[in-house]
Parts: sequence; structure tokens; C-alpha cells
Amino acid sequence: MSRKLLLNNVHVEGIHTYDVYRKSGGYAAVEKALKSMTPEEVVEEVKKSGLRGRGGAGFPTGMKWSFIAKPEGVPRHFLCNADESEPGTFKDRYLMEKIPHLLIEGMILSSFALGCEQSYIYIRGEYMYVLRILEKAIAEAYQNGWLGKNIKGSGFNLELSVSPGAGAYICGEETAMIESLEGKRGNPRMKPPFPAIQGLWQRPTVVNNVETICAVVPIVNEGGEAYAGVGIGRSAGTKLISASGNINKPGVYEIEMGITVEEFIYGDQYCGGIKNGKKLKACVPGGSSVPILPHYLVCKTAEGTDRLMSYESLSEGGFATGSMLGSGGFIVYDEDQCIVRNTWNFARFYHHESCGQCSPCREGTGWMEKVLHRLEYGHGKIEDIDLLWDIQRKIEGNTICPLGDAAAWPVAAAIRHFREEFEWHVKEPNTCMTRNYGLVTEKVFDKVNA
Amino acid sequence: MSEQIQQIKVTIDDQTIMVDPGTSILSAARQIGGNVVPPAMCFYSSLKGSGGKCRTCLVEVSAGSEKDPRPMPKLVASCSTNVMDGMIVKNKTSDRVLDARKGVVELLLINHPLDCPVCDQAGECSLQDLAFEHGASHSRFEFERREFDQIDIGEYIKLHMTRCILCYRCVYTANQLTDNREHGVLKRGDASEIGTFIENSLDNEFIGNVIDVCPVGALTDKTFRFRSRVWYTKPMDASCSCGKCSGNVVLWMIGDEIARVTARKDKYGEVKEFICNDCRFNKKELSDWKIEGPRHIDRHSVISANHYEKAAPTHTPLLNKA
Amino acid sequence: MENQNIENIQFPKELLDEVKRITSLFPEGKQKSALIRVLHIAQAHFGYLSAPVMDYVARLLLIQPIEVYEVATFYSMYDTQPVGKVKLEVCRTGPCMIEGAEKLVSYIEKKLGIKDGETTEDGVFTLKTVECLGACGYAPMLQAGEKFHEHLTEEKVDVLIEQYRLNPVANYMGQE
Repeated sequence: MSRKLLLNNVHVEGIHTYDVYRKSGGYAAVEKALKSMTPEEVVEEVKKSGLRGRGGAGFPTGMKWSFIAKPEGVPRHFLCNADESEPGTFKDRYLMEKIPHLLIEGMILSSFALGCEQSYIYIRGEYMYVLRILEKAIAEAYQNGWLGKNIKGSGFNLELSVSPGAGAYICGEETAMIESLEGKRGNPRMKPPFPAIQGLWQRPTVVNNVETICAVVPIVNEGGEAYAGVGIGRSAGTKLISASGNINKPGVYEIEMGITVEEFIYGDQYCGGIKNGKKLKACVPGGSSVPILPHYLVCKTAEGTDRLMSYESLSEGGFATGSMLGSGGFIVYDEDQCIVRNTWNFARFYHHESCGQCSPCREGTGWMEKVLHRLEYGHGKIEDIDLLWDIQRKIEGNTICPLGDAAAWPVAAAIRHFREEFEWHVKEPNTCMTRNYGLVTEKVFDKVNA
Repeated sequence: MSEQIQQIKVTIDDQTIMVDPGTSILSAARQIGGNVVPPAMCFYSSLKGSGGKCRTCLVEVSAGSEKDPRPMPKLVASCSTNVMDGMIVKNKTSDRVLDARKGVVELLLINHPLDCPVCDQAGECSLQDLAFEHGASHSRFEFERREFDQIDIGEYIKLHMTRCILCYRCVYTANQLTDNREHGVLKRGDASEIGTFIENSLDNEFIGNVIDVCPVGALTDKTFRFRSRVWYTKPMDASCSCGKCSGNVVLWMIGDEIARVTARKDKYGEVKEFICNDCRFNKKELSDWKIEGPRHIDRHSVISANHYEKAAPTHTPLLNKA
Repeated sequence: MENQNIENIQFPKELLDEVKRITSLFPEGKQKSALIRVLHIAQAHFGYLSAPVMDYVARLLLIQPIEVYEVATFYSMYDTQPVGKVKLEVCRTGPCMIEGAEKLVSYIEKKLGIKDGETTEDGVFTLKTVECLGACGYAPMLQAGEKFHEHLTEEKVDVLIEQYRLNPVANYMGQE
């Protein structure tokens, strides 16, 4: 049984309320930090812990914190990115819904460490009911003196509130999120300047993911070194994995980094194996934007060693034979699933979510979707596969923000590992239709034969 | 200037120049001039916040600076990346850049109508020039192109959104030259459009400048639409004493008739002095203007095809030599 | 749904207070930050974001109307055209698709006699397919108002639709 650092109390009755959370040891980290630590010491513990951003990029949190500019007389802001929208990812929602005070505690600690007195949680608009849970918890925290002026006599002030988005994946990109929080369209900003220098309202700003912020609580409680001792190598600590797809037990799991992928998929305490006794076909281990892995590269690396649930192991082999841990959106596909259909579905997602600001992404995502749609619905040509490869190559790396890359990678990986299946869609469209659409195919057949 | 600014060194396509700190790669390239200058469809020097969007000016930075000579992993937008001392940049000498630029041009064109024969911008269109230089001879895009309805925004301006490449220049212009912003970018992704949402007229005194900053034929002058191909007109520098703007314009003549009035653009297509609507739309009599002489038109433009360049008269100090 | 005559566009006092509270969460002069949330409130109250509603919001927050239009048309949750009292938003992305979201959408289409994006004649239901709602492990799912309905089957959808038909309140709060 691997250790739990965030979800250890998740099943305690009433843990979403202040009283139960407090009785279960909640706010001890804030107490400790405010009484016996300086902000610099909190930053130091986070650096020692080796904590890396849990939103997808995996950037060392302590280092990110140390970049924040501290010009005299200019307020700084700490923001929580709760815009969780990466397909396959639903862990932040789980955390906020079940243990809202854990996030609030993490927000207080992080804001204290960075010297920020006005912090915001930016949550995706579709999670409006979670926003209400958070607001209730924040009100409780205010009532009990954990927020507001001169918190527990420490002289530290913090105002915390929640602000919603309104349906835009792009607002998970930190500068788009800042724009959105300023009441604008979620167009990512050109960088530099980075938010650490000019962020919200042009002030120095740090943005972290919900899970990252929550992880600061056990780090302060137990010390950075203790946290670094959990996990494996540079993948310190635990990670929440959102498991979905054709598995017996989908849901959110907290794992200690370093367990094997095989254990995670087939172990009874995790996904519990593939549903209906079917075979594993492929897996997207870190949210829709990371490369899909074919079954023979899921549990083992190309070298034949065990693939582990960690930043390093999942990316071993680069994009040729590896993928990424990303946000931990773990999607499992069984033998019946169609890769072309799935790739088209993801391409449609990125097309829908492109902000439209820069030309490669605005035009390229739509084009990829159209070509993939044609392939999936039996009108494709064999040249379409190379065309797709070429389009994704022209988007990747050439856009303002990483959405272009996120749109390109799944297409590239699908072609890299499943080219035959794409070819099969061109050669035998009717067979693919029957498989993918079962009884509805009559209509589709008509379309194809027309 | 009391203090000497310490200039820094940058090399672009093997040509080295000293520039002030804070200069963008694009602007340094323009100081060198000629072939090393990357194309720019969205950047506009005088519009704050412009640039970075079209991605046609991507360049390769093969050495970041003297201090840190590591190459930058991705291509960067030269309009919004500042030079560092000792930076080495590749534009035309980088295959990666040429390949990416070709890709960007292809993507810009997939939804752009190929209606140049009926487009008023033809002959003075940045996208046409760009496609000519970097584009492929045929399109691989086999789907229906995006279309929008044409909109009149006000009495003088036609918005043909189908042709728009979303450079945002007009939005910045309207934002920065006028007090009450009325038009902006609506919707998102490839459905994005420039508009006023409720078809407001843009009746600000300087709003006509959105026509000049538009790199394509999305915003055109209704007083000139379909009157003539630009290369049949004769551009003349002219001026008037105007209380609102500098009064320095270009008159586009058909015989003795003033077909169109625009601001003066430099060789990168940028207006240096914005003009007011009155000069642009209402002063169409020769008696309104003092003619300074023929306008220099860059040789690469089709506009210059129809007339020989005359030597500029020496008595016109205002002549824009650009 | 309120009448959308310009004269009628006015929040009741409790909503004006709520707008004031939300605006006060941001520093002086940064009231534009309240825009996205205020638009949610306006949409819930007026049914959809018509031009007069957006102009009203612009006046409340002391910003230009175009700043509101730009935002309202960017985010996918806002409706600038009338919709039904209950919006059934079915997730269609990857993990939901492999759990049968497409079949579910066809089922609802047939049941309500409308297509994706359309509203029933009685103005009660609008069906909309949307991108990932963060319920991948509980697929297939749909959102109605603020409420998430997960692990859906055709039978569950039947019950749901009946419930909403009897009590078509747009703003169901909380989770199943």
C-alpha cells in the first residue's frame, strides 16, 4: 500500500467542513508556518521537497517561486489554477469537492511564502457547484481567523476568493488564465515578460495547480526532506491520477510515484484491470495532449524495463517510444477502441478550444480535424496520413502557447504507433464503420456508398 | 543626448549591426535592411501590443547571447523578441525558418478566399506578396473555406471578414487612436471575427486608419471600392493644412480625379502619420491639396508596374523617401 | 425567462448586492475582473445574453459594451441566443466517447425530437454537446444547469428528463 499525503483523510465523514477538517489535523501547517517559520523558510522547504508542478508541465515549484519579482511597493499575487480541463483529468475537482480546506490551507501557506496578500482561485465555470463549496469553506476559514487581517496574530494578511471561468480550455494556460481573471478573453500572452515579473494587473504573480498547492501542506507539516523521501528520484511525493476509459475501477487515485504502470492498471487497489476481460490496446498516461502509447510500450519501456508511474519513466524513450506524466489523466483503451476515432475526437477538442490568436493553431487545428473526420468516416485517402503528419509538424513549436503542441502531439503519436490502423481506415472503411458504430452503421454506410 | 547608450551587437544572416538595447530582432533586421528582414503580417511599430500572432516572422536564434551562447530551442517571433548582446539570428539562412514560414503561409491561406481578381487590395496586399514569395503553387486544403457575411461598419468602411487573417491591427488602431472602442474580436478559434457585434458604425474621426493598417482586403474604403485596380492609379504625395492630422497623404489619381486618399506608408507597409477621416474620405477635389510629386512605390509591387518612376522634384522637402 | 425589453433589464436588489460583493473582491479600478461572474449571473437571471443585457452589464461595471461582447462570445458557456429553460450539455470528449456518449446523444435527440444545438418546441430543453467537463471517470455524463449527472444510462436519462420536464428550473445547484 503506497503512502497517501493528500487523500489520507478523504473518507472521514464531513471532512469538507471546517470542524472535521480541523479536528483531523487541518490548519496545523499554517499554525506551524506562521508561528515558527519565515516565508523564506517555507520556500526553502518546498525547494527541498523536490515538488514539481502537478498541472502538466512538471516544473519545479520551489524554483518557480524563487523567480517572483519583489519590487518595492508593488503588490504580488498568488493564483490557484483550478481550470482543470485537460480531457482525462478530474483530480482537482475531486480534491476541491472533497477536501476544500486542504486547498485553502495550501493557499495560505503559499501566499505567506511569496508575500502575497491577495490571492485568487480561478476555477473553470463548469465547476460552479465546486465554486460554491469553496466559497463556503473560505467563509468558514474567515470566521475562524485563518483568512483576513493579521491572521492568528502573525501580522500576515490574506484575502482569498474564487473567480470562475466560463468554458475555455485555454484558460488553463497561465497567462490566458490571468487575462481571464482580468475579465478579458482568454488569449495567452506573449512571453517574456513572464508572470513572475508582470502577471495579474501587470504585477508579479505566481500561478500553481490545485494539487501542487495542496502538496505544500504535507511539505510544511512533515518537512521538505520527508516529502522528497516519498516517490522515486526526481519524481518526489505522491501524484493524483485520474483513471478513466475501459478499466474496472475508474476514479481518482493517489499513488506514490514509482509504482509500476502494470500495478496501476491491473492492481486491485487501483484500476483493477481491463473491463470485461478484454485486452489492453493503448494508453494515454497524462491527459489528452500527451502521446498515446501502444500496449507494448505501456507497461514496459522500449528497453524492456518496467515502466513506472513517474515523470522520468513515462517519458523514457522520448516521443519515439515514450510519453509524459502530464496532468495524470490516465486513459485506458481496450482492444475494441479505434485509434483514428479517438484521435479525431481529440483533434475536434483542440479545434474547439483554440483561442484563434495565432495562425498555425487557429487554422491548423481545424484542418487536422477535417482530415481526421474524413479518414474516420471512410472518405480518406492514403496521402491524408502524411498530410496530417505535415500539418501537425507545422503547428508544433510555432505557436504562442503550448496549445499548439498539445494539439499536434496526439496526432503525431497516433500516426507514429498506429499508422496501419490509419491505412486500414482508407482500405477498408466499411469494416471500420461496423466496428466503431455498430448498429447505427446503416446510415453511415449509405453516406459512404453515396 | 546627454548619455551615450551602450549599443549591443547582433548578427542576422551573417550581417552584424550595433543596435540599442531593447530593440526587437525584427527592428534590428530592418535596420540592416534588404533580404534579412522577416515578413510581418501582424506587427505594426506604432501600435502598442501588436505582433506575435501571425508567426510569419519566426526566426531561429542559433546563439542567445555572448554570455549564454546556447541556441533557443524553438523558433521565436522576431517582432516580439528583443536582441541580446552577441545574439546570432538566422532568417533566410535557416532551412527550419523557411520551412516553418512556408507552413504558416499555407495555414494562413487555407481559409483565405482566392478572390484576388475581385479584391480591391490586390496589388497592395501583404498576403499576396507573402504567398508569392513563400507559398506553394497549390493548396492541399480540400474543404470548404470559411465564409462570413460582408458588413458595413459605418458610412465609409466595408468589412469583408472572409479575407481577414486576424492580425488584430485594426483592433489596436481603434483602441489606441480613438476614445471609445467599439469594435473588437468576437468568438474564438477559427470562428473568430472582427466586428462590432451589433453592427455599430465606427464614426470616430480617425477610424479610417483601420483601412490602411489592414494587411489584406478585409477592411476597404467604400469611396474607392471597385473604382479601379490600384495599379491603374497614379499615387501622388500631397498635403493640406488640416487641423486634426498632419495632412500628409497619398492621393491615388485616375487622370485628374482623386480616386482615393490614404496615409503614407513606409517600405514595410507601416503608416507613420495617421490621417483623419476628413482628409481620407471627404477631400476629393484637387483644390483641397497641394501636390508634392509622384509617390515612390517599391519595385516589387505590382503598382509600380504601370508607371515609370520620375525623379523626385527637389523642392519637396516633405517627400517621404521611404 | 425574463422579458428582454430594454426597460426590463435591471437586476433585482439582491443580485445588485451580489454584483457589488463580487466587484469588491478585486482592487479599486479592477472591477472588470468581475465580468465573467457577472455574466453568469446575468445569463441565469435573464435566460441568455442579449445585446441589451450585455450593455447593461457594461454599464454596471463601467466598461465599454464591446469589452463585454468580446468576452461573452469567447467563452462557450455563454448563450447569446435564446435557449431552453434546461440546457442538457452532454460531454462528447475522448473518455466519455468510449463509454458511449455518442449513443447517448442520439438517444436524447430521438427522445426529445431535436438535434444537437436545438431547443424543443415547448422551450423547455436545449441539447448541446460540449467538450470535456472533468468527469471522465464517471462517464458518460451530462450537465444540466450547475448539476453533474454521471454514470448515465438510457433509463437514467428517461428519469432525468421527466424530472426536468415537471420542474424546469434552469439553475439546479449542487451535485447528484
